[in-house]
Amino acid sequence: MATLKELSKQQELLSGGHRLCSGCGIPPIVRLILRAANGPVVATTATGCLEVGTTIYPYTAWRIPWIHSAFENAAATISGIESAYRSLKKQGKLPGGDKDIKFVAFGGDGGTYDIGIQALSGALERGHNFLYVCYDNGAYMNTGIQRSSATPMLSNTTTSPAGKVIPGKQQWRKDLTRIVAAHNIPYAAQASPHNWADLSKKAEKAMKVNGPAFMNVMSPCPLGWYTKPEDSIKLAKLSVDTCYWPLYEIEDGVLKITYKPKEKKPLAEWLKPQGRFKHLFKPENANLLEEFQKRIDMEWQRLLDLDGKRL
Amino acid sequence: MEKKGLPLGGVIPKGGTAHDYSTGGWRKLRPVIDKDKCTNCLICWVMCPDSAVIAEDGKMIGFDLDHCKGCGICAVECPDKVKAIKMVEEAE
Repeated sequence: MATLKELSKQQELLSGGHRLCSGCGIPPIVRLILRAANGPVVATTATGCLEVGTTIYPYTAWRIPWIHSAFENAAATISGIESAYRSLKKQGKLPGGDKDIKFVAFGGDGGTYDIGIQALSGALERGHNFLYVCYDNGAYMNTGIQRSSATPMLSNTTTSPAGKVIPGKQQWRKDLTRIVAAHNIPYAAQASPHNWADLSKKAEKAMKVNGPAFMNVMSPCPLGWYTKPEDSIKLAKLSVDTCYWPLYEIEDGVLKITYKPKEKKPLAEWLKPQGRFKHLFKPENANLLEEFQKRIDMEWQRLLDLDGKRL
Repeated sequence: MEKKGLPLGGVIPKGGTAHDYSTGGWRKLRPVIDKDKCTNCLICWVMCPDSAVIAEDGKMIGFDLDHCKGCGICAVECPDKVKAIKMVEEAE
């Protein structure tokens, strides 16, 4: 795997001057993923922060061929591009010969867990050679923090407002990484930008496999989490150290946890700095916090039980 | 870009044009590097959301203040033993 020194010598494929928020967690993810291609790469993004923020007309931050089609069809769009590439290559009509091109689709949790899951499932089943990266910030941040099926339980969003009636979102989040893995694709992983080496290694593996690959990446959001912009990467690390967001991969059906915290931190350490969980620290909600911790412990134990096993 | 003769379909024919757009004006705090302390680990470079840490030949050589939004991630992520970046008021 490349060192940071080596990575820094590669061309920067996502320029500055994009309009993503100060302290946004998405660009470090995108920059690392594009570098992992280490050659020609084509990308598409679902509608969302990344798409809107990087391509305000007539500007684009992408220094690679990039297309946006709609909210729900990033995976279908990349399928079409990849199929056209394979066909042209086969016919000998590919401009520039038969160079190896990588295909990446980016989507937020809204565009992946909810709106784009049908297109994603279809593309995974058809077996296109592409990488799908979901940057999971846990709500529809671009349109004003509406809950998604990735939103953590008890999180305050504009459509699950914490107040007298409910204490935030009522449901447990969807386990998309496992849903994707159930398509029996060659590679699926969870990553976080604070651990750039782990993320890079996974992206390199994902680009190398022949067939669909999927990465679900934790993406802190100062706007929707009500956090300080400078704390974004720190919060990504806490999400992993509290085992809210375990780092693992499923390679050819075998699950491997790629990082086990030496000391599993209490979930409250990740929740406390986030305004969206403020209500959980009121004395009357102590039982909710306890319930949340119990569920996290259970999920982590479930993952530990699966570590090293064939699913 | 000219108003007349725009390409059809929302096509932007040239990549990376956002580089011509300055987001430096968003900044309230400005990062300042102490190169005597810096170990060129490039953590600031990899974590920067605005591709605004300039690295050359594997070394951190400064900030692109046309694009830096002043989030301060670089200063927080600079390793504890080094702490070579501090954020100062833009007016300073």
